[in-house]
Amino acid sequence: MTHHPLPKDHPGASVLADQDGGSLRLMVRGRLDAPGTAHVWDEAAAAAHVAAGNLQGRDLPADCSAIEYMDGSGVALLLKLREVVAAQGATLALTGLSPQHSQLIDLTWHCPDQLDSLIPERRGLAHRVGMAASETLVATREMVSFVGEASVIIAGVIRHPSRVRWKDVLLSCVQVGVDSLFIITLIGFLMGLIMSFQSAISLQRFGGEIFVPNMLGLVMFREMGPLVTAILLAARSGSAFAAEIGTMKINEELDALTTMGLSPMRFLVVPKLLSALAMVPLMTIFFNLASLVGGALVMLSLGYPLVTFTSRVFKYVHYSDFFGGMAKALVFAVLVAGVGCLRGMQTRSGASAVGLSTTSAVVSGIIFIAFADGLFAVAFYYLKI
Amino acid sequence: MTAVHPIISVRNLTCGYDDTIVVENVSFDIMPGEVFIILGGSGCGKSTLLKNMIGLYEPMAGQVLIDGRDLVTASGRERDEIIRRFGVMYQMGALFGSMSLLQNVMLPLEEFTDLPREAMTMIARSKLAMVNLEKALYKMPAALSGGMRKRAAIARAMALDPTILFLDEPGAGLDPISSAELDELVLSLSRALGITFVIVTHELESIYKTADRVIMLDKDVRTIVAQGDPRVLRDTSENIYVKRFFHRMPSQDAGTPRVDCAAE
Ligand SMILES: Nc1ncnc2c1ncn2[C@@H]1O[C@H](COP(=O)(O)OP(=O)(O)OP(=O)(O)O)[C@@H](O)[C@H]1O
Ligand SMILES: [Mg+2]
Repeated sequence: MTHHPLPKDHPGASVLADQDGGSLRLMVRGRLDAPGTAHVWDEAAAAAHVAAGNLQGRDLPADCSAIEYMDGSGVALLLKLREVVAAQGATLALTGLSPQHSQLIDLTWHCPDQLDSLIPERRGLAHRVGMAASETLVATREMVSFVGEASVIIAGVIRHPSRVRWKDVLLSCVQVGVDSLFIITLIGFLMGLIMSFQSAISLQRFGGEIFVPNMLGLVMFREMGPLVTAILLAARSGSAFAAEIGTMKINEELDALTTMGLSPMRFLVVPKLLSALAMVPLMTIFFNLASLVGGALVMLSLGYPLVTFTSRVFKYVHYSDFFGGMAKALVFAVLVAGVGCLRGMQTRSGASAVGLSTTSAVVSGIIFIAFADGLFAVAFYYLKI
Repeated sequence: MTAVHPIISVRNLTCGYDDTIVVENVSFDIMPGEVFIILGGSGCGKSTLLKNMIGLYEPMAGQVLIDGRDLVTASGRERDEIIRRFGVMYQMGALFGSMSLLQNVMLPLEEFTDLPREAMTMIARSKLAMVNLEKALYKMPAALSGGMRKRAAIARAMALDPTILFLDEPGAGLDPISSAELDELVLSLSRALGITFVIVTHELESIYKTADRVIMLDKDVRTIVAQGDPRVLRDTSENIYVKRFFHRMPSQDAGTPRVDCAAE
């Protein structure tokens, strides 16, 4: 048990049991502010415990007339004494309180002794497993209905383009596409540079560095371009979608939209999906071109003319590679933007909920990308693209 | 006889946001133990003034002295010392969403005192009991009604037994009974502990019941239009803003047209 020494200028405080003409009572004395209370807390509880134990169910008077000063911590001490005494089956009766102090006590004396009924129940393992399972079920159902609703609305958009809020789409395009141009170009350039450089070093041993452009073009256009762009999209925009929609959900803005007869889907989700669909292919192209610039730099530094690099890239990258990559980019865009919005809509209540949704948006986005990429690899293999 | 010094002294304060001035050149003193109420229509800058008084924003001009010390120029330690002496309840409650009510109220106690843990819990419980939330200790803020959140925020503001309590619209969103109980709480605390209250409110009843002194701000003139005892102001003031406020008159019924908003 820790001891709490009093500060130097503190007049002191004490709670002691004594005999007052044969009957037992508690004497509460001194300055009951935070340091004073901390100082006497343990001994006061012990004194009350002993005193009440001897009483066998009768009232235990507590003489408070010698309290010089009392604030919230002093009140807490008296409440504690009451609780200890009550646990022994006796009742604490305060006497000699000044009017001021009794006013303060009156404000809190109805505070209940028993906390047990208030403490939320701890759930057993079976219960928690059950909860987790039913939550997964609900989440899956929400996802299915989200996909369904989104498809219906997107199909509706094709028939009635005027129902889309194009201004929002444009704004979202700027946030998703234009604002990410720098990081896309930078990462593309660096990846092109690093991959070409590393493979050139290995291939140089066989005099094969001339094949670097072939490799770079294929890898970037078919695989890395769409993949890395989508991952960047998940990190930058998927998370932002989830945070924005999640915050709106917490502030009851989604409810407000719904009660105004406006579908949050059409209002918030569709513009984001459309902007991702429009921007991600462009971002992928930017990424690819930037990586070629990086590769070209390596080849130039190895002493090859630029035209060797470009002609080899364009000879070996076919239209099918380019369009295959673009198709991937489109699918990834829908997955990442969709799951971002979905996680936003699924936000529960509380401030930490938005953080959870954001994390979950990025993680699920990347998992979906990986799965989809695997499916594409199999499909491309059988289609011989 | 020793003169009583004001506990808060606002001198020629001008405050606002970026380049818009909300309140211009106001001065007033608040005495220890006083219940001081700031009045005014919606959007006239009451919350802004309050946030400047507690040092959240740096004033555009003028100063706020708390116990004779200026929060803006105070050193880090001095500042901490002053800040620890007051409790604030924000208009929106500002409870920490990831903590239960009990944890919300215990947080300042854990950070600033070295009381035994049991004592902290008991203090937090007694503060929550003061606002009649003793049954909701383990609830999360998101699972509370608006009025409950407000009351919990008051309990948190009181956790460290502050000498000054700033309350931004404590009565808004409370039912008449809770609101009356809140008035009782304010009166009891100011009598029993001598706490100084600075309250923003619109509730006329609470004002008459609790206020020692009020100031009234106005959006158009951007300064104090009246100050004094609210009951006296209600009965005697000839000021058009004051009359309208205390007698709940909409602006078109106010009699004389408002000269200073003719341009709007
Ligand atoms: N963060 C901010 N940035 C810019 N202007 C603000 C900001 N907060 C408030 N304002 C403006 O300052 C003015 C005063 O706002 P304030 O919140 O102080 O009003 P109030 O008197 O507390 O109103 P209410 O009674 O509705 O709470 C308003 O015109 C408001 O538009
Ligand atoms: Mg306000």
